Amino acid sequence: MTSTLLTSITVFVLAVFIGFEIISKVPTMLHTPLMSGTNAIHGIVLVGAMLIAGSAHSTLEQVLAFVAVVFATINVVGGFLVTDRMLEMFKRR
Amino acid sequence: MTTPLALSQTAINFTYLVAAVLLIVGIRRLSAPPTARSGNVIAAVGMTIAIVFTFLDRDIDSYWLIVVGMAVGTVIGVASARLVKMTAIPQMVALFNGVGGGAAALISAAEFHRLAPAAGHLSGDSVGAMLFSALIGSVSFAGSLVAFGKLQELLPGRPLVFGAQQVLNAALFAALVAFGILAGATEAGIWMVFLLLGALLFGVLLVLPIGGADMPVVISLLNAFTGLAAASAGFVLENTALIIGGTLVGASGTLLTILMGRAMNRSLANVLFSAFGSAPTGSAAAPTSADGKSYREISAEDAAVMLAYAQRVVIVPGYGLAVAQAQHSVRELADLLEKRGVDVKYAIHPVAGRMPGHMNVLLAEANVPYPQLFDMEDINPEFPRTDVALVIGANDVTNPAARNVPESPIYGMPILNVDEAANVVVLKRSMNPGFAGIDNDLYYDSKTAMLFGDAKASVEKLVAGVKAA
Repeated sequence: MTSTLLTSITVFVLAVFIGFEIISKVPTMLHTPLMSGTNAIHGIVLVGAMLIAGSAHSTLEQVLAFVAVVFATINVVGGFLVTDRMLEMFKRR
Repeated sequence: MTTPLALSQTAINFTYLVAAVLLIVGIRRLSAPPTARSGNVIAAVGMTIAIVFTFLDRDIDSYWLIVVGMAVGTVIGVASARLVKMTAIPQMVALFNGVGGGAAALISAAEFHRLAPAAGHLSGDSVGAMLFSALIGSVSFAGSLVAFGKLQELLPGRPLVFGAQQVLNAALFAALVAFGILAGATEAGIWMVFLLLGALLFGVLLVLPIGGADMPVVISLLNAFTGLAAASAGFVLENTALIIGGTLVGASGTLLTILMGRAMNRSLANVLFSAFGSAPTGSAAAPTSADGKSYREISAEDAAVMLAYAQRVVIVPGYGLAVAQAQHSVRELADLLEKRGVDVKYAIHPVAGRMPGHMNVLLAEANVPYPQLFDMEDINPEFPRTDVALVIGANDVTNPAARNVPESPIYGMPILNVDEAANVVVLKRSMNPGFAGIDNDLYYDSKTAMLFGDAKASVEKLVAGVKAA
């Protein structure tokens, strides 16, 4: 095992704990908006898709990477916007 | 070739750290009503930082694919998020989740293709993550599309079950493991293709047998899957932003799935397998009354949030309020809600309590403004427009049996039609029947939530909850 992999695993394990801790107490009304918000956050795959697309050389790689960029962008942009629409009802009165 | 703008990997990793902190703060704020909106914005800022600084990565030597792809994705994303009707938002979330999973699978496929043409190029460190990401990403993609189809009514919402489904699923899963091992060992692209296609089929078969009503829980589970797929794509690319962002969603999404199931009185196993008949029928997690009907309990905090963000609330007082002397606390709750802009009315049944006019006397003692009190004839037409009906210690005067069960002893008695409100919260000491000794079907309605305890203590908890919301 390389030390890079070990560092990645360390980051992963710590992130698992944080992920569990930060939403320990959520009112039922926020379940769907929270699901939608975290849904937007896994759109971070866009970063991966960009790295692949920026260094793709064969045609197949370029096609796969291009579709990945489109998909991930829809995930990020659509995800945050739809969550914001859902949360309009929580506007401060 | 590097672009003149390129930043060192250390500098980019630092911006990823900033982005990760913003994502964490964002999710944290998303889980409380007063901060939820800002939480979403903060997470979006974190995401933007990660994306912008990735442009400066040295590994990127061509921008056109990225720029065109992002432009296309933005147009589709903005259009679908803006144009979708509020009622269709769940299936939109399913779709956004699915494409995220698809992206993770495609990243793995592209990396496999890049590294695997000559045997010996795949490092043992990343190949496992690559296969996992391809597998889970594809399952999430296909499963989300089926969930979308069910919610959009393109597919039948009822569970689609056929005979040997369980056997088929088990066989398919075994095949997927075999494809993964072969892909890793031989580095032949054909096994990767089999793995991706098999995983798509598995995703379809996983969601088809699940009924439409359970879709939110399923989408939440697939959301967690996509998070894990993104995280393992992060292992493949050795990218901390992906690992942290994906893992946060994988972990919080798993917990959220469990919480959602619990709120709907369904265990996860029940949601996933009940259509197969292998899980106990009915809802295993739900508390049930003596004769087996299930009801739903709610915490005071949850009920308070529901009230605080409602537009119209009708309070239905009954004998329980009188016994507990809760009228002053109720008045405080109503005042708090009014201050937040909630329209609060009291529904006074002529015989609520133990004598005609009992409730008017009590509420007058607490100085409840007279115009907020409504007689049965005046308030009944309001219930269909009411967001939350808060029933405080009233029982028989809300029992729908009086309207629709001719055998019931109270059949024909005029009642308050609280069951027509969008949500009903019942404050009650226990499930014991009321004065007339008749069970109330209102309590077993799917939109009714029970808050057990002494009326005064419960209302005080609601007051505290509304203050915090």
